Amino acid sequence: MTGILSIRGLTKTYASGLKALDAVDLDIEKGEIFALLGPNGAGKTTLINIVCGVVTASAGTVTVDGLDTQREYRQARARIGLVPQELATDMFETPYASVRFSRGLFGRPRDPALLERTLRDLSLWDKRKDRIQTLSGGMKRRVMIAKALAHEPTVLFLDEPTAGVDVELRRDMWALVRRLRDSGVTIILTTHYIDEAEEMADRIGVIDKGRLIVVEEKRKLMKKLGRKQLTLALSQPLAAVPAALSSWPLALADAGNELEYTFEAAQDSRIPELLRELEAAGISYKDLNTKQSSLEDIFVSLVHRDDRNGAKGAAR
Amino acid sequence: MSAVPVPNHRALWAIYRFEMARFLRTIWQSLATPVITTSLYFVVFGSAIGSRMGAIDGVEYGAFIVPGLILLTMFTESIFNASFGIYFPKFTGTIYEVLSAPVSSFEVVAGYVGAATTKSVVLALVILATASFFVDLRIEHPVWMLAFLVLVASTFCLLGFVIGIWSKSFEQMQIVPMLVITPLTFLGGAFYSIDMLPPMWRTFSLFNPIVYLISGFRWSFYGQSDVSVGASLAATFAFFSVLLAIVWWVFRTGWRLKN
Repeated sequence: MTGILSIRGLTKTYASGLKALDAVDLDIEKGEIFALLGPNGAGKTTLINIVCGVVTASAGTVTVDGLDTQREYRQARARIGLVPQELATDMFETPYASVRFSRGLFGRPRDPALLERTLRDLSLWDKRKDRIQTLSGGMKRRVMIAKALAHEPTVLFLDEPTAGVDVELRRDMWALVRRLRDSGVTIILTTHYIDEAEEMADRIGVIDKGRLIVVEEKRKLMKKLGRKQLTLALSQPLAAVPAALSSWPLALADAGNELEYTFEAAQDSRIPELLRELEAAGISYKDLNTKQSSLEDIFVSLVHRDDRNGAKGAAR
Repeated sequence: MSAVPVPNHRALWAIYRFEMARFLRTIWQSLATPVITTSLYFVVFGSAIGSRMGAIDGVEYGAFIVPGLILLTMFTESIFNASFGIYFPKFTGTIYEVLSAPVSSFEVVAGYVGAATTKSVVLALVILATASFFVDLRIEHPVWMLAFLVLVASTFCLLGFVIGIWSKSFEQMQIVPMLVITPLTFLGGAFYSIDMLPPMWRTFSLFNPIVYLISGFRWSFYGQSDVSVGASLAATFAFFSVLLAIVWWVFRTGWRLKN
């Protein structure tokens, strides 16, 4: 894999004093789908907007395909497509005119066949002559995607592509993103929806308070940080975990009716061993189930762990 | 992938075309208002009052006010059109696309201001044609007339562009044309020659930049001017250059465009 986007020491302090980004380093591989996760105000949109030229960085460098986005802005920006979070469309224009405008703006020669293909791919062809203001919210978002694709970018930024979008359109959007990736486009998306990242992304970056806390392949991240839990429904409630089992990380739940065993997914399972020891201790159970933590749990624990570290730092 | 042309003429053309499409969508409102307003001025000043006024430097009063009237309308329309052209994308958020595109500030300004200037010049010519129905027009220096028109239109469109970037609300866009430009135009000899003023007010008027614009424009019609044609041209160019410098600074710093 080769790098397509390289971010070094990217820092942004707004005029208000808010530090939205704090020395962020990030490398994006060609052809991957990268999901940037983080709570509101974490710096996701600021990061995207700096790469795209909409916001000026306070410090740091960004290169796209080896081109500096400041010094070689024309060639760098020609490779980037941006679909911002807010719905912003030329409401009195038609989708066709709006998409044609975008292609010209990015310095590409006329290509009616490409515009038709793009509009058809996004199910906008029938609406091409309607005023954008008469279209539904989902359609408007597709117009914005068509505009971002009109100059055939190699890197596409989707800032919260499925926020406020119905389930069907969301599925369509996911399918579209995969098609784009298959055609060689690198995709960087931000999202609130963990299941979206879990479904789509090859790699995941978690950003919080302007710092990238973690960047990892999705599978590795889930394996590394994922926890598994075995829950046993006991035949007889227990008042306390028996002393014989004190070496195990066990906890009682549901007023002593359930015994929980939590372990790292990365470790080899010791469940059979535990079950044998339980039997030896004379504890019987009527049911059991295991579950693996989702990306959402991982995300929450990451962001909270960071909160605690931050609090400790402040106390010192 | 093919390289972006330098300058990015396709972007310039795309912006120009987009803006012209916006004008064409509202062409009847855009032209009807100034034409009706100007006709009213002719009825009131040209026929009703003008018949009681003597000729100024041998030019009948109704004809004398034509250049001033054209500029009066052109000032406000240029500012309005150009400021709206850039304010509206800021307001709706679509400005993100221009900011993220491989375009230089030159291409952006040339596209927006070029389109607004085109509209202003067309408007001025329509008013001129309307005026010819009411008074006997004489244009002694037609090439200079057009040159002044284009230069003044682009200057005020640049001013409008800056106002559009500066404005944080629709109301703010109105402040400069209403409180600065219109009074200066009325006091700048649109309806009289500043030679008709008492000496003190005449001297005072020479500090009003609009005087130079109207005087030079009127000279292209009737060969007479309040101030020398050279001074008019110099003032117009100076005005134009100052605005270019401001626009250049705005884009260099991203003032009110980028965070």
